[in-house]
Amino acid sequence: MSNKVPTPDELSKIDYTPPKKGWMDTPVEFKPGTWCYGSRPKYLESVDFPNPRDWKPTDDDWKLPENWKEIFLKGMEERLRKYRSFRLFMDICVRCGACADKCHFFIGSGDPKNMPVLRAELLRSVYRKYFTASGKLLGKVAGARELTIDVLKELWYYYYQCTECRRCSVFCPYGIDTAEITIIARELLNLLGLNTDWIAGPVANCYRTGNHLGLEPHTFKNSIEFFLSDIEDITGIKIEPSFNRKGAEILFITPSGDTFADPGTYTCMGYLMLFHELGLDYTWSTYASEGGNFGFFTSNEMAKRLHYKIYAEAKRLGVKWILGGECGHMWRVLNQYLDTWHGPADFLEEPVSPITGTTFENAKSSKLVHIAEFTADLIRNGILKLDPSRNNHLKVTFHDSCNTSRGMGIFEEPRFIIRSVCNHFYEMPEDTIREKTFCCGSGSGLNAGENMELRMRGGFPRANAVKYVKEKHDVNMLANICAIDRAALPPLMDYWVPDVRVAGVHELVGNALVMKGEKERIVDLRGEPLPVKSESTSSEEVKEG
Amino acid sequence: MGGVLEFKGKSYEIDDDGYLINWQDWNEDIAGQLAKIEGIELTDAHWEVIRFLRNYFLQYQIAPMIKILVKEIGKVMGPEKGNTKYLYELYPGGPAKQACKFAGLPKPTGCV
Repeated sequence: MSNKVPTPDELSKIDYTPPKKGWMDTPVEFKPGTWCYGSRPKYLESVDFPNPRDWKPTDDDWKLPENWKEIFLKGMEERLRKYRSFRLFMDICVRCGACADKCHFFIGSGDPKNMPVLRAELLRSVYRKYFTASGKLLGKVAGARELTIDVLKELWYYYYQCTECRRCSVFCPYGIDTAEITIIARELLNLLGLNTDWIAGPVANCYRTGNHLGLEPHTFKNSIEFFLSDIEDITGIKIEPSFNRKGAEILFITPSGDTFADPGTYTCMGYLMLFHELGLDYTWSTYASEGGNFGFFTSNEMAKRLHYKIYAEAKRLGVKWILGGECGHMWRVLNQYLDTWHGPADFLEEPVSPITGTTFENAKSSKLVHIAEFTADLIRNGILKLDPSRNNHLKVTFHDSCNTSRGMGIFEEPRFIIRSVCNHFYEMPEDTIREKTFCCGSGSGLNAGENMELRMRGGFPRANAVKYVKEKHDVNMLANICAIDRAALPPLMDYWVPDVRVAGVHELVGNALVMKGEKERIVDLRGEPLPVKSESTSSEEVKEG
Repeated sequence: MGGVLEFKGKSYEIDDDGYLINWQDWNEDIAGQLAKIEGIELTDAHWEVIRFLRNYFLQYQIAPMIKILVKEIGKVMGPEKGNTKYLYELYPGGPAKQACKFAGLPKPTGCV
């Protein structure tokens, strides 16, 4: 049963006093509301993951194979050989502590094992014991420890308390990418069937239907058609997009959350309206119907298997290039992994905007263009007719998603778009945005309902920065370009900063976009009344481009 | 929680949050019982929602988006009831969570 989350007042009393004993002698405690359910066997079975069985993280017996230790250490050995980065990150930390207070989970929980340095040390200590001479010889003195069942449980608990957001890495003088350590740790845990239901479920669904939610082709199409009927009600314009159309110029891919859950659905309406207005020659796919990749939260191999469909579908349909929607980790995978796994995608063409003629040189190799780049380019070239006063009821701030900011450096494009489609935009404090952005607290598959206390703790620094701009500028809308954000930030706001709502950037675009032949709009994409226009604003504030 | 729920001589597997593991196990009896556990007596208005959810699920293999549910209930029960406020009055635990639970539908997962 879901645990009752403490009140914000209770939760904000964070105790930063470390335990009396050293960390190796402080056993892991599974606190209620801070961990996700173990994966059901059927999900693991469907993708041939090891050790499918019913289990609970709080059970004494995790029903592991007898030789679990051997499996874990052998897995570690293989990965030390395969990933030079992993070996390097196991070796080079000098424990300077620069990362210690940069993690949102440490800030929100006060638990020292949520300091990135110590989180990594949980695995490093095992590495030293079995893979270094000093650790083998000197043991604890050299920071080494035996891999026991309690250590394994500790690894599980804390590596599912990291969102792989990489904020700590920004501050590491050695450039240690703690997310990569978490990724490998989770791979090792997966060798023993130690997954979570919230991650394994979407993985199994995605493998079967092409998307995390398990939307069948007719369901996917039905969702889009529902948005089209709403768009027609609001604008009077009938839109007829295509699905699985061979010969389209562009394949569009977005996280399936946008086709199912509010407020992502409004973002999806924004895409549909924009593409229609441009007359873009593009298609949706009911097979490559997921931009996100929860496989990335289990193992690199699974991530690779799930994202294979994107290039495969592009090839099958014969498109020229791929346009991707507002998602976070999707872009970490597409931008930094996909080309290596499945590329070069030389059956595709170097992406060129058919509307402006701009060549997206940064996507020369991957052939994948981020929609923020695409739309910013349209606006810069004066293609879109925009009426930002339609967003006058919104005072907007922008949350940089961890993966698009630190993973691919998308800082300016979403801001440029927001400034073009809204009249009221305010930045959160400098240390909480751009490459130093604070995580939503629910990324990397931690956004399960039963994990709510951890999510509220992890999201506390982000919420605190939102609270600041709310108090200073009456901010009431938190914009972002990530589907996990759109799912995770609404409960975070309800908890810490009530009355601030959450929107994808293309929802704001959809509101402001003046479409050819549209009727006078009286409601926004949420069906809520538009602000009343004073006479002077209506013509002056319409921006060309 | 989690495990097996015995009711009227039948056993139902449920998860840690009290959802049926197998949507095929569902029947009207168990719907009433799941509601009772959460202190809700099912009325015709509740059943209208549950039946819609159930039929939608059979056709689309997933619970409907909230806005589809809202629109549909508005059509059947009258426009003044086609809003989330009405649904929350019926299902204080939220139409997505609580109504789906009574209808025996699995929880959607992913970026939701």
